Amino acid sequence: METALSRHPDSRFETSPEPEIEIHNVSKTFGAGPGLVTALENIDFNIAHGEFVCLLGPSGCGKSTLLNAIAGFSLPTGGVITVKGEEISRPGPERGMVFQEYALFPWMSVAKNIAFGLEIKGVARRERQRIVEELLAKLGLSDFRDRFPKDLSGGMRQRVAIARILALDPPIMLMDEPFGALDALTRRTLQDELLRIWEEFGKTIVFVTHSIEEAIYLGSRVVVLTYRPGTIKQDIAVDLPRPRDTSDPAFNDLKRELGALVMEEQQRFSEAERSGTFD
Amino acid sequence: MKETLKAFPFLKGVVVPVIVLAFWQTLSMSGLIQPTILPAPTAVVVRWIDYLLPFEAYDPASSSWLAWALSGELLHDAWASLFRVIIGFAIGAGLALPLGLWMGASQRAHELFNPLIQFLRPIPPIAYIPLAMLWFGLGNPPALFLISIGAFFPVLINTIAGVRNVDGIYIRAAKNLGADQFTLFRRVVLPAATPYILTGMRVGMGTAFICVIVAEMIAVNSGVGYRILEAREYSWSDKVIAGMITIGFLGLMIDLFMDRLNRRLLRWHRGLEN
Repeated sequence: METALSRHPDSRFETSPEPEIEIHNVSKTFGAGPGLVTALENIDFNIAHGEFVCLLGPSGCGKSTLLNAIAGFSLPTGGVITVKGEEISRPGPERGMVFQEYALFPWMSVAKNIAFGLEIKGVARRERQRIVEELLAKLGLSDFRDRFPKDLSGGMRQRVAIARILALDPPIMLMDEPFGALDALTRRTLQDELLRIWEEFGKTIVFVTHSIEEAIYLGSRVVVLTYRPGTIKQDIAVDLPRPRDTSDPAFNDLKRELGALVMEEQQRFSEAERSGTFD
Repeated sequence: MKETLKAFPFLKGVVVPVIVLAFWQTLSMSGLIQPTILPAPTAVVVRWIDYLLPFEAYDPASSSWLAWALSGELLHDAWASLFRVIIGFAIGAGLALPLGLWMGASQRAHELFNPLIQFLRPIPPIAYIPLAMLWFGLGNPPALFLISIGAFFPVLINTIAGVRNVDGIYIRAAKNLGADQFTLFRRVVLPAATPYILTGMRVGMGTAFICVIVAEMIAVNSGVGYRILEAREYSWSDKVIAGMITIGFLGLMIDLFMDRLNRRLLRWHRGLEN
């Protein structure tokens, strides 16, 4: 099992000796007594700058919980997560998050949504406009700057969501199944755009998905989680050349291998569903 | 017949009222019912026009043409009622809005005040009439008190609901972008709650309007509510009905205004699925 400190053939950036995100023996429980649910247990791994890490697993494996912990929405009950050596205690723009449900502010136009973080930061108006224009162009949104979220397609909305966090130039991007609600064609387009952004800006991305193909297509590294309690089942580097070729036999071998692992956990989920113990 | 309906689609809406009016007119003209019980539509219309027009003929020496044209009794009454509704609503909503925002945002405030609110809420504003007269006497003060109570509860309840129902995902997204509590409230919670708050205001305006008519029947001597009570005392049933129609018009205008306001402020919200 490769650790984050070794240089993946895939990463295009200088991996600094210190990891960017350190997850130290993290566990997360909800509830108490007989209703106690252990979402995460013994999560211990590091992420280097510039890695594209995919958290993979079935529903209930705690991948979103882990992402929320890194984001600072829901802190771990045990263990600690540090970013650049500092412990995380609250959400912040340096760990920009893209949600599956877009979470665009419906009362603001596209341009205003993107500018929101900059306004909070106190960036001057001209500079704000410049950054917003740049991002609109970069994500193909220039014609949509005055539209409202309700008038946009799912793919467009997700582009706005990505632009919104990019405005603050976060070193880390956290993405919670962002393309899950999109059709296959739009999904592929956005995946390629995301990869472009990753390479151009040199971001560290932690990406939650339950799609094995997506995880291999995007990730430089895939971490498979077990069903409750969520632990690390497998942590594997993806050594395939980019751009990833889904018809490549190596791609499909890896897909089968990971597929088997995820299937095992999916079984445990189905059993829990049957016996009524899932949540 | 079908072709006529197709050519003029609004005819469909007009057919039933015309039939009802025709039936009513025939009934009155037949002499089966006393005119004081059910005046003919024609009599109502005549009376309504009379209600609307100025009392005396135009005298250029005493006032401008505009002042004269607007000196009809109906207009004075309508303005008196409208004035009370607006002031009363402003008081009621003016108190309910900040309280509602606070109770919605603060769990502690909610726990403290909600029991009292839930206890007072089912009391119809009308039940406050004796209290209003006891405390404020006659004239505008008790009327305004009543109207503000009418507006208060719907605005309060809906505002609380609006604040509490803000989708958590917007809060998370805003916090993720670095928003502090103050920015969160001002730029996320408040706009997100606006549809609910406006609904509360619309309902509150409706209740306030009901209260003004009732208040005018009891405690004051001007306004449309008072006028139809006066008309009853003189057995002017045509004026009673003319007054009721006026009340209906006023209510409709108020509601249309609120609707327009809603549309302007919620351009982003129409058709939004959650």
